[in-house]
Amino acid sequence: MRIRVCIARLAVSVVAAAILLLAAGRSSVVNAQQTPASVDVKIDNFSFGPAAITVAVGTTVTWTNRDDIPHTVVSDDKVFKSKVLDTDEKFSYTFAKPGTYPYFCSVHPKMTGRVIVQ
Amino acid sequence: MTKKTKDEILYDHNHDGIDRRGFLKCMAWAGTGTLCVMQGGVLKSFALNRGSDPGAAAAKGELSFVQISDSHMGFNKPANTDVVGTFQVAVDKINGLSTPPEFLLHTGDISHLSKPEEFDHVDQILKSTGKQTFFVPGEHDVLNDDGQQFRERYGKGSKGAGWYSFDQKGVHFVGLVNVMNLKAGGLGSLGHDQLEWLEDDVKHLKSSTPIVVFAHIPLWTVYPDWGWGTEDSAQALAYLKKFGSVTVLNGHIHQIMQKVEGNVTFHTAASTAFPQPEPGKAPSPGPMTVPADQLRSYLGITNVNYVQGQHALAVVDSKLG
Repeated sequence: MRIRVCIARLAVSVVAAAILLLAAGRSSVVNAQQTPASVDVKIDNFSFGPAAITVAVGTTVTWTNRDDIPHTVVSDDKVFKSKVLDTDEKFSYTFAKPGTYPYFCSVHPKMTGRVIVQ
Repeated sequence: MTKKTKDEILYDHNHDGIDRRGFLKCMAWAGTGTLCVMQGGVLKSFALNRGSDPGAAAAKGELSFVQISDSHMGFNKPANTDVVGTFQVAVDKINGLSTPPEFLLHTGDISHLSKPEEFDHVDQILKSTGKQTFFVPGEHDVLNDDGQQFRERYGKGSKGAGWYSFDQKGVHFVGLVNVMNLKAGGLGSLGHDQLEWLEDDVKHLKSSTPIVVFAHIPLWTVYPDWGWGTEDSAQALAYLKKFGSVTVLNGHIHQIMQKVEGNVTFHTAASTAFPQPEPGKAPSPGPMTVPADQLRSYLGITNVNYVQGQHALAVVDSKLG
C-alpha cells in the first residue's frame, strides 16, 4: 500500500515537473518570436528605399516593386539575384553572414543599394 | 549665342561646321514630317505636306527601310493600356507607305518582360508587313535567361550575345548588343569581344561604304544620370572613323533625338508603346502618362532613305497620330 502511494506521488511529481518544463519552454519560444527578423525595402521611381540599411545577422530583407516598370535585385558579388519583378512582386533574402552587400538593378544599373549586416 | 529653345541639343559640344541655327530650325519641324538631308555639312530641308507620306516628296531613295523601337509588348500600365493597339497602328502606317521599305529594323525592348507570348505577339503583328525584320535586344528582352530566348528567336547567324552584320544595296548594316553584363551604377556596354568583332568586321570595307549601326541603348551620352549612354561606345566609333557616312540608330529613351558629330549622325526613335520624359525633366526616366488624345503624337516610326551617291542617309520620323 505504501509503495503504491509512493509510486503515485512520484508519477504526479514527474508529470507536474514535465508540465512546468513545457510551460517554461513555451514561454521562451514566445520571447524569441518577439525579436524582429525582417526588413522591407520599397522599389519605386527607379530607386531602392531606403537605399542603405543595416540589419542583424539572420534578418530577412524583402524588396517589393511599387514602380510601374520591372526591376531586379542583384548582388554586385553574385550573393543573391532575384528574377525580374513586375509591379507588386517581391523578392526576399535572408542574410546569414555579416558583411556589406552592395546590389543593383540589372535592368537599370544606375539603381543601387546596400545592405550592411552586423 | 541664340537663346535656348526646347529643341536645342544640350549635350553636343562639337564644332563641326554645321550651321547651327538652320539645324535647330530643321529639328523643330521634324515632328511634322520635314525631310532633313545633310549634304556636305549643310542641311537642306524639304517640307512635306501635312498628311502626305514621309519620303514620297523627297528624292526616291535607292534603299528605304523603317526603324521601329520599344514596342514593350506586355506593358499594361496607365501610360498605355493598349500597346498592342498602338503597335498595330505603327505597322498599319508602315504598310501604308507609298514607298514600301525593303525591311525593318527593331531596335529592342520588343517585349516588356521577355515572355514567349509577348515575342509571339510582336512577330504575329509584324507578319502583315511581309518584310523581314532585323532585331537587336533591349534590356527588357534578356531578363532571366541572359538573352538565350532572344537569340533562339532572332539571333540566327549572330555571334556572342547576338551581334551581326549584313549588306543591302551597298550599305553595310551592323546590329550591336549593349544591354548585357551591365555593371552596377553603369551605362550600356558593348564589351571587349564585340568590339574586337566590330573592328574586324569593318576593317576591309571601303571608306565610301555607308554604314548603319543599330543598337538599343544610345551609343552617345544622352543623359548619364539615367543610364542613357554606352560606356565603351567611343571605341566602337573609333573603328568607324574612316567612313564618310555613318548613321547610328538607337531606341531605349522613347523620344526622338538627333545629333551630328563629324561624319556620324546619331538618331533615337520614338517608342510605339509609351513616351518617357526629356532628360532631367522628371525624377526618373519611367513611363510618362500624357492625355489619352495626345498619346499617339508621342509615339512613332522612322523612315530612312539612302540614295546612292548622296553623302548621308535621310532619316524622317513620323508620329502615330
